[in-house]
Amino acid sequence: MGRCVLVTGAARSTGRRLVGALAGEAEVERVVAVDDLEPEEPFPPKVEHLAVDLRSPALVRTVQSAGIDTCVHLGVAAEPRAAGGRATMKERNVLGTMQLLAAAYHAPDLRRLVLKSTTAVYGAAAADPAVWTESMPHETPRHGFGRDAIEVEDYVRSFDRRRPEVTVTVLRLANQVGPTVDNPLTRYFELPVCPTVLGFDPRLQFLHEEDTAQVLLRATLGPARRGTFNVAGDGVVLLSQAIRIAGKPPLPIPEPLVNRVAELVGRTLDFSPEQVRFLQYGRVADTSAAATQLGFTPKWTSLRAFEDFAARLRRLVTEEQVVRLEQEALGLVRRAAALVARRLA
Amino acid sequence: MNQATDDARAQDDLGPLGPVVDWAEQALEFLGRRVLGEYEVDEFGHDPDLVEHVLAPLLRPLYRHWWRVETRGLEHVPASGPALVVGNHAGALPFDALMVALALLDEHPAHRTLRMLAADLAFDLPVVAPLARKSGNTLACGEDATRLLEAGELVGVWPEGYKGLGKPYRERYQLQRFGRGGFVEVALRTGAPIVPVAVVGSEEIYPMVANLRRLARLLGFPYFPVTPTFPLLGPLGAIPLPSKWLIEFCPPIETAHLGPEATLDPMVLFDLTDQVRDTIQRTLHQNLLVRRGVFG
Repeated sequence: MGRCVLVTGAARSTGRRLVGALAGEAEVERVVAVDDLEPEEPFPPKVEHLAVDLRSPALVRTVQSAGIDTCVHLGVAAEPRAAGGRATMKERNVLGTMQLLAAAYHAPDLRRLVLKSTTAVYGAAAADPAVWTESMPHETPRHGFGRDAIEVEDYVRSFDRRRPEVTVTVLRLANQVGPTVDNPLTRYFELPVCPTVLGFDPRLQFLHEEDTAQVLLRATLGPARRGTFNVAGDGVVLLSQAIRIAGKPPLPIPEPLVNRVAELVGRTLDFSPEQVRFLQYGRVADTSAAATQLGFTPKWTSLRAFEDFAARLRRLVTEEQVVRLEQEALGLVRRAAALVARRLA
Repeated sequence: MNQATDDARAQDDLGPLGPVVDWAEQALEFLGRRVLGEYEVDEFGHDPDLVEHVLAPLLRPLYRHWWRVETRGLEHVPASGPALVVGNHAGALPFDALMVALALLDEHPAHRTLRMLAADLAFDLPVVAPLARKSGNTLACGEDATRLLEAGELVGVWPEGYKGLGKPYRERYQLQRFGRGGFVEVALRTGAPIVPVAVVGSEEIYPMVANLRRLARLLGFPYFPVTPTFPLLGPLGAIPLPSKWLIEFCPPIETAHLGPEATLDPMVLFDLTDQVRDTIQRTLHQNLLVRRGVFG
């Protein structure tokens, strides 16, 4: 018998991509896509769309009755406004997960649970270690997505203890970028100017959307690996560097005014306060566990992934302009020097 | 007139101005790279391009002409692989650390980059925070130090911390307590040798006569130094005194033979900490005796 996979949050871009890839695999017999949203493009024919909220009783019935052997939980939202306000977002994220796990607890055929989490669980602070490994104790972010993700992870870990025959894989993904990604961070780089915190230049990591899809597919269909894994493109990119690659002028804001500006800009970007701290202190996660235990190394480095995303942006400063300016200035220096040299001779 | 041939001809007869044009070319290339974001930093944020073209050139005049730094014992620092450089810390601002790092970058045959461990305050101050990371430093915590040593880097640590930087002038060259010896634990865990370094000269650059503790607390600083010239003369008073410096790297103290299990034995930790501290203190006293005067 083939695999039966249930995917939550299936209608959004990451989910849509995974569902499409799963439907294309021969070993997958059945895919249940759970999301109360309609996908932008219809799901492939093999896919059953269950258009319900995670808190709905219909979900419980499906999870328990259908011989579902794998559950991929992508339904933790990061954007408060899109989710219908912060309170609704929290309720959907945390209570939705509790409902899903409660249903999964009694699912007889369930053998694997994959959770898409985030490196935002590590928070962002001046006194953080330079590189986070999965086992390092970290302070709990007090707001937003990071906070939700920690609570969701806690519930999933407790599920892991109570259902030892289910392999639980938690993937902490770095900030996602790519040609079709639309999230608060990509919208930030699409602004005409990029506000930064004056005197700070955080280190950032990016994960290309193709690698996101790949790692989720591997965790779903590849060899089962219990544990928590950071997933991010190799290397780091500084915020200043990213802004230059995006071809935007930076707008440094003094620290005392940052929250004011963030409130203004944040409304259009759907930014939460923790993301402001992220743009001040940054965050880097160690990815060696994913490479050695999960056998996954992203194809795109952080830098290449960001460049691939930035290609769709309208640059204010182009490479040709810079090269031309450089050559003109050098020509000028040469001629001036030649003039002086002749006078001296 | 064709500009290309004009440039080419100009290149031939520049005479003494040749190096100036070369320098301008390099500077323009650097600016171009920075504007386009075409440079790479490591996972700690170290930016060698920026260090080579901006930060090191800014510090070099201080090193060569202001403090006339002399180095000894560079052969005790390995040409490759991990080592933990441990030094004395004084002088209100961490110039001693910067000079030791520049000594290793410029004068060590392998031009090694010293990855220094700094207090968390450094990563919370605007402007200082990114510069600290870009010049290769990271937070003083066991995780970061271990990670750097395991990657074969040369790591610098100043165990006196603020107690050393903010000590009064009358206590110059008297080493403060060496923290809890966390650096020894890291060295044992990774098997990296410890290279003690004694810096003479840094303890006179800002002769601190008083510490305004309440003002410091108000500003969130660990100390607020009062020197004969600062804050009396304002920014002018913040110019460090041109003392004559001597940096001596001492023979390495091996830790590999003790094995990582030794971290569990507090006696080993205490003994090694004392050994490092004594080596630095002894070297300081010796080098103070041979010095002709504070300003050399």
